[in-house]
Amino acid sequence: MVPIQDLSQAQRGAGVAERVIVLEPGRAERNYWRDLWHYRELFLILAWRDVAVRYKQTVIGVAWALIRPFLTMVVFTIVFGRLANLPSEGQAPYPVMVFAGLMPWFLFASVLGDASASVVGNAHLISKVYFPRLVIPTATAVVALVDFGINFIVLALIMAWYGFLPGWQVVFLPAFVLLAILASFGPALWITALNVKYRDFRFLVPFIVQFGLYVSPVGFSSSVVPEEWRLLYSLNPMVGVIDGFRWCLLGGQSSLYWPGFLISLGIVVLFLWIGIRNFRATERTFADML
Amino acid sequence: MSDVVILAEGLGKKYLIGHQIESASYHTLRDVIGSTVGSFVRSARDMIRGRQLIAGDQIEEFWALRDVNFEIGRGEIFGLIGRNGAGKSTLLKILARITEPSAGRVAIKGRVASLLEVGTGFHGELSGRENVYLNGAILGMSRAEITRKFDAIVAFAEVEKFIDTPVKRYSSGMYVRLAFAVAAHLEPEILVVDEVLAVGDIEFQKKCLGKMQDVAGQGRTVLFVSHNMAAVAALTQAAIVLDAGRIALIGPTEEAMKTYRALADASAGPENRRSWGHGRHTCIRGVRLLNDDGMPTGQYIAGKPFKVEIEVETDGSRGVSCELLIADQSTRTRIALASLHNFGGSMLPSAPGVYRLLMSFSPFHLAAGRYVIDLGTSIVHQSWDHCVEAAISFEVPFSNPAGLPWNFRHSAEMGAVALPFARPTVIESIPDGMAAAAVYTEKVVPCSLA
Repeated sequence: MVPIQDLSQAQRGAGVAERVIVLEPGRAERNYWRDLWHYRELFLILAWRDVAVRYKQTVIGVAWALIRPFLTMVVFTIVFGRLANLPSEGQAPYPVMVFAGLMPWFLFASVLGDASASVVGNAHLISKVYFPRLVIPTATAVVALVDFGINFIVLALIMAWYGFLPGWQVVFLPAFVLLAILASFGPALWITALNVKYRDFRFLVPFIVQFGLYVSPVGFSSSVVPEEWRLLYSLNPMVGVIDGFRWCLLGGQSSLYWPGFLISLGIVVLFLWIGIRNFRATERTFADML
Repeated sequence: MSDVVILAEGLGKKYLIGHQIESASYHTLRDVIGSTVGSFVRSARDMIRGRQLIAGDQIEEFWALRDVNFEIGRGEIFGLIGRNGAGKSTLLKILARITEPSAGRVAIKGRVASLLEVGTGFHGELSGRENVYLNGAILGMSRAEITRKFDAIVAFAEVEKFIDTPVKRYSSGMYVRLAFAVAAHLEPEILVVDEVLAVGDIEFQKKCLGKMQDVAGQGRTVLFVSHNMAAVAALTQAAIVLDAGRIALIGPTEEAMKTYRALADASAGPENRRSWGHGRHTCIRGVRLLNDDGMPTGQYIAGKPFKVEIEVETDGSRGVSCELLIADQSTRTRIALASLHNFGGSMLPSAPGVYRLLMSFSPFHLAAGRYVIDLGTSIVHQSWDHCVEAAISFEVPFSNPAGLPWNFRHSAEMGAVALPFARPTVIESIPDGMAAAAVYTEKVVPCSLA
């Protein structure tokens, strides 16, 4: 029998372009990221599938992407702006401020919700074909981005209604969209991996989303948080993301609280690291546990 | 073979399985609460340590695959055979990188595509066209590659007319053909085929076998897994026989099939022989349905010879016949009779002993469905001796004497046996038949035969 080493040496010697894959227990895949790049078309097509079937067999279809954030904005404006009489950011109209915070929040919530259910939902794929499993939860972000794009139109309409124009800061928006996605990937990947093993997390996610909506500065400005608590408050990574969005969209009416923003950024990176690490560590056993 | 493409060394796969202990002390509420709390505490502990949750009171290791060593060279068509649970699927899953081995390792040169995932990822809401792209991407094809092969795939699947219809409206045959067509155009270095030939009509199966031979002809390696010994014999030169997770033999297909048969016989022997009591003079000790190759089977392929092996013990009484009846499994309606004495003209020997009766019947076209075999011994023209109802059950997966796609199912209540046409039907015009047309205008009587 030819030893494994000889097999790979033989092919190197012969200059064959074929790759030798060695499968053994606990082996970290060296070509993982290259593999992931190789499967980029699968990523796109899975994303496209999710987008294509999302509003099939619904009566009002894509209008759902408009109605949910719009009604939430109306309720938050009334509850926080009128009844609680909380201040807006500078001179920005309250609904505009709320909507600027709702957009990243909905992005976060739908990535978290869709991604964490995605692996279990695609069990039939995972138990039958190999591909880097990271493709599945990350592809769900595209659906969330499509909804996000639709929300953006709503925001533009609301801004036009109030005659409010964003400033030059708006050019940084793509960076903050990316940040919002990364902020959601961390916990999403972690929970996705855990959800395969322990389905308890299926019940935890709706709770996080519901709870997070109120502890994050969505319906109110983070400037209402007392100065001495703001650093602590920024431990919630969504605080940094939402503040960033408002800084971009509210054209100088909102100022970025840098120490807090950097802390949020750090938490985002930390979660992302934990999430990817956990996901990578368990993905090889997904097929056995589904 | 110097050009090895798959090399496995000491490959093993372990699963943890839980057992439920059946205990008599679980009767009181307190016991139930106690055990529930106990298992909750254990689950919580497992979760904190990041271990898998397994239901049951006792956990046992189970090696689905153990110490498996083999090598397969480029361009070889290898068979992989073994009984259910022998570890075939586990081995395929490891090779396809779906699950990782627990021990040993395997080196694979080139892209592996497995046809065990026919139709994987098909989405009912999407059209045939969209599903070809989706499925192709899942199997690892690039967009450009799919576009290039698209027409060939659709032509192979014979679904040109419906390519823009959502696949949820497809018949199951169309669905499977399209799915197989995508997989068949994958052009991997190593192709793993698992029992896909059980799908589709005869024409399509032939097409699939032809496609596999093409693949092997292009210097690709094929690993073919099947229970269909005829197909394995026709396609492969060498085979691996797995038994209880270990390799029983690697060798030429003929030798491998002998080993497989020996293993099947050993297991279908004494332990499968159930006790059904006995009559006054005789005792039916066992019965097996055999396929065309003489292998025990749970399926009868309509149109093949029907073979049954019965083991009977007799005290040597004279004039003992054996009767075999086929009945519908759910309704128990009897639909066929075979009588050793009345139809076969023979009897059990009149010397005491245990006899094996191998009954072979001409091919017939039983409708698709599930059936049982009732057995009985009788003292000819006097009395029944030992009767066993529903001794074994078997399934007819598909029935159509012409090999056309429509499946004649017994459950359709249109009979249990198909009448094959001996020659094409003669259809001719009757010159004064025009008068009949007037009849249809009067009154149409609603009717249905089903």
